Amino acid sequence: MSQQNDDQMEKEAYQKVASRIEPKRPMFMNCIKAFLVGGFICVIGQCISTFYMHFFHFNEATVGAPTVATLIFISVLLTGFGVYDKFSQFAGAGTAVPVTGFANSMASTAIEYKTEGFVLGVGGNMFKLAGSVIVFGTVAAFIIGIIYTVATGQWGAM
Amino acid sequence: MIFLWAFIVGGLICVVGQLMMDGLKLTPAHTMATLVVVGAVLDGLGLYERLIDFAGAGATVPITSFGNQLVHGALAEADRTGLIGVITGIFQITSAGISAAIIFSFLAALVFKPKG
Repeated sequence: MSQQNDDQMEKEAYQKVASRIEPKRPMFMNCIKAFLVGGFICVIGQCISTFYMHFFHFNEATVGAPTVATLIFISVLLTGFGVYDKFSQFAGAGTAVPVTGFANSMASTAIEYKTEGFVLGVGGNMFKLAGSVIVFGTVAAFIIGIIYTVATGQWGAM
Repeated sequence: MIFLWAFIVGGLICVVGQLMMDGLKLTPAHTMATLVVVGAVLDGLGLYERLIDFAGAGATVPITSFGNQLVHGALAEADRTGLIGVITGIFQITSAGISAAIIFSFLAALVFKPKG
């Protein structure tokens, strides 16, 4: 019992010291950086969208797919040259939240695990970080789809 | 004008992500997964389309739009074919993003050497 208490006290003491020593995260500056960089990436996306709508006869509803594909291509290229990761150390969520961050996480793991071979390394690890986004997005969309079907009563052919 | 709103809205969504990481001490993976679910729920409520009309790429470029597209594809297909459409439609719109990310990442692994 006393042993347990000692452990407990040690833990609390540790927590106290740790929280005092841990550097304060500069939250305000991080948010400014995230805002500027994230906004900038979205403006690039808007430029690409406008370009496709003017020259390739896409409309506002269909332009999303080629825009996202182009952004992903640029992001993967920058990841390969090691530029995106340097950039993301500075920008935090500003580079992680846009779809370019999703592509970056896939490309960087794909390149990193190349040494373990293409099947087990590249194929097996590509979704290591990006997988959770796809899984949770898909499950959420499925649940919402079920609620929608129940609400509208359109069960389809049965 | 759409450029300005794209900048502001896109930037603000990134700030929300930053606050989740710094303020709530979530890992990047938890943050992204949460944002995707938020995007999905917003589209389920019919709000995300309005944000896209208003902010263009400011709403389609952040990862929240991935959740929006998943739900959008599922509901559009559910309208046409009923319950089975929820499953067949989920990846219809997001196909471009996911396929591009897989293909380009694989090609990148062929071309580039790992660093360090």
